[in-house]
Amino acid sequence: MSVRNEEGAEAPPGDVRAAVRDGLGVGIAVGVSGLAFGAAGVTAGLSVPQACVLSLVAFTGASQFALAGVIAGGGGLVAGSLGAVLLGGRNALYGLRLARTLDVRGWRRLLTAHVVIDETTAVATAQDGRDAARAGFYTTAISLYLAWNLTTLLGALGAARLGDPEAIGLDVLGPAAFLALLWPRLTAGWTEVRVALAAAVLALAATPLLPPGVPVMLAAVAAVPALLRRPAP
Amino acid sequence: MTLWIAVAATGIGCYLLKLGGLIAPQRVLDDPRTRRFAELVPVALLTALIAVQAFADGRTLEADPARLAGLGAAVAALLLRAPFLAVLAVAAGVAAGLRLLGV
Repeated sequence: MSVRNEEGAEAPPGDVRAAVRDGLGVGIAVGVSGLAFGAAGVTAGLSVPQACVLSLVAFTGASQFALAGVIAGGGGLVAGSLGAVLLGGRNALYGLRLARTLDVRGWRRLLTAHVVIDETTAVATAQDGRDAARAGFYTTAISLYLAWNLTTLLGALGAARLGDPEAIGLDVLGPAAFLALLWPRLTAGWTEVRVALAAAVLALAATPLLPPGVPVMLAAVAAVPALLRRPAP
Repeated sequence: MTLWIAVAATGIGCYLLKLGGLIAPQRVLDDPRTRRFAELVPVALLTALIAVQAFADGRTLEADPARLAGLGAAVAALLLRAPFLAVLAVAAGVAAGLRLLGV
């Protein structure tokens, strides 16, 4: 999904159908991962309603897993919430990128903002033409929102009945999900790998010294060299 | 109760960021260094989270063999281009299997 031409207006109807198909595929396949979040959230110490409300109102997987991770580690909730929100910062950049394509105003813009996330952006920017981009965006958004929230409930209910979560490896789901989300970025270039290694070292070095949640936020410093240096063209 | 506040604060904060991007002036992205920084922040945060969740329990550093083996299996699955859910299933399966064997 790297073709991007959201400026073009001459999208044939076939493109819209393809975009809807893309959106349904991504929305349902990724949406089912709500199972993992529901299970991880309850394992971490959230109640079933809390896990469900987080999926409904935050609706951005990485931030949700982040908050669950801090809660699981017994970390400070203020730092945990801040870290989770900071992780959602990339959605602001997606919004910046998609604003012209979507071109929504008023209450529609308030609703649309809620579904500006990794997957909807990926599908929208992969389409040719603005109509197809919008169709892909909203199809992904609706199918993903429904699937993510339904499976969060199922995962949360399931985990609550499973007994010892570590025995079936549920404690590995959080980091494994992050790793899978991060993987395409790590294979994108050496700068990413350097930033990642620096962030991991920083966070681990700070772990014995600072309250849980804070080391992860501190690791954002690893991205600062990108501000000081002119990037390669 | 405090957990509810954390849930609400995270939800509202995440929403405001999404909305901020949609309503921000487009010229913010003009500087390539800003753009690059914005791309790299999630990489730093996600890696830090993985490291802490893999090697720490609260403020104590530890190496749980089953958990690390599960993450190693996730890496292998990602190298084989497995889909998202398969990666998660393999990671949890390996960790659970090893613990069943008493590792």
